[in-house]
Amino acid sequence: MSDLVLEIQDGVAVVWLDTADSRVNTVTRTMIDDLATTLNRIESESELKGAVLISRKAKNFLAGADIRLFEEFRSKQEVHATIRRGQALLNRLESLKKPVVAAIHGACMGGGLELALACHYRLASLDRSTKFALPEVKLGLLPGFGGTQRLPRLIGLQRGLELILSGKNVFPYPARKMGLVDALIHHQGLLTAAKRAVLELAEGRLKRVKRARLTLSELLLERTPLANLVYSKAVETVQQETRGHYPAPGKIIEAVRTGMEKGVEAGLIAEATHFAELVFTLESKALIHLFFAKNAAEKSPYKGLAHRIDVMGVLGAGFMGSGIAHVSAQRGFDVLLKDRSLDLAAQGKGNLYRELTRRVGKGMTRFERDQIAERVSLVETDTSLRGAGLIIEVVPENLELKRQVLRDVEAVASSELVFASNTSALPIEAIARDAVHPGRVLGMHYFSPVSKMPLLEIVKAEKTEDRALATAVEVGLKQGKTVIIVNDSPGFYTTRVLSFMSFEVFQLLKEGADAKVIDQAMVDFGFPVGPITLADEVGLDVGAEITSFFKEAFTGRVVDDDTSKRLVEAGYKGRKSGRGFYRYRDGRKLKEIDTSIYRFFGGKDRKGVATEEIQERLSMIMINEAVRCFQEGVITSPRDGDVGAVFGLGFPPFLGGPFWHIDQLGARVVVGAMERLAQERGERFKPTALLTEMAEEGKSFYPT
Amino acid sequence: MPDADTQVVLVDGCRTPFRRAGTDYADLISYDLARSVLKGISVRNALDVTQVDAVIMGSVIQNPSTSNIARDAALAAGFPNTVVAYTLTMACISSSRAIADGMNLIKSGQAEIVIAGGVEMLSDVPIGFKKEVRKKFFEARKYSSPLQYARFLKGLRSSDLLPRAPEIAEYSTGEAMGESADKLAAGFGVSREAQDAFALRSHQLAARATQDGKLVPEICPIAVPPSFKALRDDNTIRTDTSMERLSKLAPAFVKPFGTVTAGNSSPLTDGAAATLLMSEDRALELGYQPKAILREQVFVAQDPNEELLLGPAYAVPTVLDRLGLSFTDLEVIEVHEAFAGQVLAVLAALESETFAREKLARTSKVADIELDRVNRWGGSISLGHPFGATGARLMTTATNRLWAEDGHFALVTSCAAGGLGYATIVERYGA
Repeated sequence: MSDLVLEIQDGVAVVWLDTADSRVNTVTRTMIDDLATTLNRIESESELKGAVLISRKAKNFLAGADIRLFEEFRSKQEVHATIRRGQALLNRLESLKKPVVAAIHGACMGGGLELALACHYRLASLDRSTKFALPEVKLGLLPGFGGTQRLPRLIGLQRGLELILSGKNVFPYPARKMGLVDALIHHQGLLTAAKRAVLELAEGRLKRVKRARLTLSELLLERTPLANLVYSKAVETVQQETRGHYPAPGKIIEAVRTGMEKGVEAGLIAEATHFAELVFTLESKALIHLFFAKNAAEKSPYKGLAHRIDVMGVLGAGFMGSGIAHVSAQRGFDVLLKDRSLDLAAQGKGNLYRELTRRVGKGMTRFERDQIAERVSLVETDTSLRGAGLIIEVVPENLELKRQVLRDVEAVASSELVFASNTSALPIEAIARDAVHPGRVLGMHYFSPVSKMPLLEIVKAEKTEDRALATAVEVGLKQGKTVIIVNDSPGFYTTRVLSFMSFEVFQLLKEGADAKVIDQAMVDFGFPVGPITLADEVGLDVGAEITSFFKEAFTGRVVDDDTSKRLVEAGYKGRKSGRGFYRYRDGRKLKEIDTSIYRFFGGKDRKGVATEEIQERLSMIMINEAVRCFQEGVITSPRDGDVGAVFGLGFPPFLGGPFWHIDQLGARVVVGAMERLAQERGERFKPTALLTEMAEEGKSFYPT
Repeated sequence: MPDADTQVVLVDGCRTPFRRAGTDYADLISYDLARSVLKGISVRNALDVTQVDAVIMGSVIQNPSTSNIARDAALAAGFPNTVVAYTLTMACISSSRAIADGMNLIKSGQAEIVIAGGVEMLSDVPIGFKKEVRKKFFEARKYSSPLQYARFLKGLRSSDLLPRAPEIAEYSTGEAMGESADKLAAGFGVSREAQDAFALRSHQLAARATQDGKLVPEICPIAVPPSFKALRDDNTIRTDTSMERLSKLAPAFVKPFGTVTAGNSSPLTDGAAATLLMSEDRALELGYQPKAILREQVFVAQDPNEELLLGPAYAVPTVLDRLGLSFTDLEVIEVHEAFAGQVLAVLAALESETFAREKLARTSKVADIELDRVNRWGGSISLGHPFGATGARLMTTATNRLWAEDGHFALVTSCAAGGLGYATIVERYGA
């Protein structure tokens, strides 16, 4: 099978990219080989004026290299050689005497964009699916086929660096503006226009765009020794954002700089060398693991079983409720939004409208904003919910209230109704106790802010029927969520792991740790926010409720002398009360700790706990609890555990999630550390049975 | 297949709260309100919008960027691409015409489910320039040098560049509508006091109907930017007005001796209204309980100079004759209140033997009016008058009143700019 098909039309070689047996085009060995032969033909056949590269796939130009390609490599030398061959091929394309035009429709990513960059002219369709990116950094890699060299030369050093370091998407109009593409046209006219471009380029009637138009300040900064400033600023930002955990960004800057200062060839060699190193780093392997784990969590295990949902109800229009309404409406659901009063529901709609409005002009039109917002209807009575096939309740965390809401809804709802609770901890079984159809009650636990946090934890109670579960999964996926399915139990997976970590945070505070040091330690460890900040955000009152609930649910495992309760009684409820661990002014968090809170933790005198100890204790507690959840069947796979921890709790991605992390460290090392901590700090660190067993038998969670 | 026996039923009608122009809807454009009412009527009837055959909206002063507002609003309200939508304009009876079109489409078998309504945003009328300036702007599109732009200003006075709002005046006669109303009232001997009393009555009835919750079924609550305060009633009703206050107002059009004032006229209003029409068979098949049967409709046109707002006096006898009904058969009467003077003149004409003889070629007067049957829940003077939406509001109110008052037949009648007029008769379903 060939991945490239050459057709001659009007004296132009039309080269169709068409990866065999695949929905999308990827850079395969076959394609690389085919490209070499194709270039020979274009060069040798004198009647050919030039070539167009275009895709046969529906909404995809070329998605880049198949990640699995690199899993086969065993040595750096091997990778280096492969990269160099690819680079040489693209150099040949670039130096071809006949014009080659990339006609881009759909995703043009990674190696696909690097191929387009080596062409002489880039023409892109105006379709919504058309986008450009060099996303290698997200997998801990760098663009290896000349991306670090050609992109900054085409669009400028600063913009080029920004795109490669962020891996973000660029859509057609901005791409045209920054000079990434030379011209735009509707999808329908793409091929004809591309052929014309070839002929006009061949005849010299169309000027090749040599480089981006830079502003005067950009020219000064990029084309003079002042460029040093750009590099040092980039290094500084990267260091600040990665805390040294991710090697790829630094290597990207080095490769770009080498090329700019010592010439393209030196740059390409640097690119190949860095790439070969990065492929074998633990960070890249962890990120690639997460990439596949996340993809797997974006497919339903219950294909075809789901009940079709067009209209859904959301009960509660606060921050969480309006967030759920927002992501639902955005993906085409009609939403009936209800709260205690029409005014509260209206405020919820106002919030999502304002959030949508911020995106107008940034990939969203006014009309689209209106269309999405109009899908959210305000309702006042339960009877108005009768058209909903799924209802998600987002009322306060009170068991009686949730039961009442369920009763009210069941009284009026359609017989097929699936009822989901957004509770973060209460057992679904308890909520469904009096339900007429307990089989259609489950949990849909979203994370705040809903429009930004990717995870959805779907909770299956013992009685929950597969069809209801399938329906919830389907809705979650349509909302764009990464879904894990967990079994009903107190705190499910994420809240449970987070809570046990929070209990340990209180323990550390009582031992004299400084709250700010704890936050800093965990941010340095790789979390996006520290646990103290998070506690303030979630609300110390919410924490207190979970604490008292967990004390009953996990008898003997929660050490708590009512500190959490006393905090709330004294008015410390976190950000919303303007009083918490941090100080707040006019609702804004200040940088300093409100030291008055230390009176609940043994006084203002902080003798301090070492950063390394904080990091070890908190990470080990989390990891241990995660494994215990797996051991008890709360989560059914290590993969779900990793996805849940990374995308719901912010567990450091470069560690790949708790289970992946254990595998990297080795269960024996982890157990050793936990046993030491158990001796020094208490029984709570005692490794869970499964972990001990794995250490003894030398097993890992993932196949090695 | 066209079926002569096809009955057209009104399944439901609703509207946004009506708000004085420049108040709560000031940040919107008309399509925002149109979208909201289309979504509102669909959601509250749990309507499967893929089943709708057509959306027809009336609109008078159009926003040039959404001139087919029915289509733009329907798409934004989530109606599928395949639902036909069009906008029509016929002054203050635009949405009456939309309903009539819907009825005809269903009767002729071309449609089974139609949403017909209308919208008006008097907060956002298109501001334009005079023709000479517009011509220059058109020519300026081809300018390329600064010198040519200098030519643009040549022969223009700075006052020419002042933007101007459209006037509510008759194009053919140049007469402001209030002037016509003043003239008409005088012609039928309607005093200033009578007009003020009628306006007061309108406000009092609307206030009471609102207080008693009578209007709740016809209003779809709405929450709009920037405040997203939930709105559920009209802010057009003057609950604090009195004869004393009304009598102090100066004439608004014919100065200083005219009788039409801001107090006895309908206010500039923003709002949208819609009705859900179906063939009887389809409605029952889908499990709806129809509210009314649309029986007969009549549109008339008179001399815009002499009888600009007198259309109902011609349309009402015609529609009664067609159904073989007499005026006493009508338990519910909804008359559009553009001006109190106009309503009272129309009623006087219907009660006039002379008018019947001279203008209608009838041997006797059309009616003895029992005012108690007319506009019992208020009218356009108190509830407001968003031009394009009023017809659908009148239809909805008439239907709801039939049920509330256990009536059989309702009459809806309205005047309109251009000397146009309209009357229709609906029958309570199952009566």
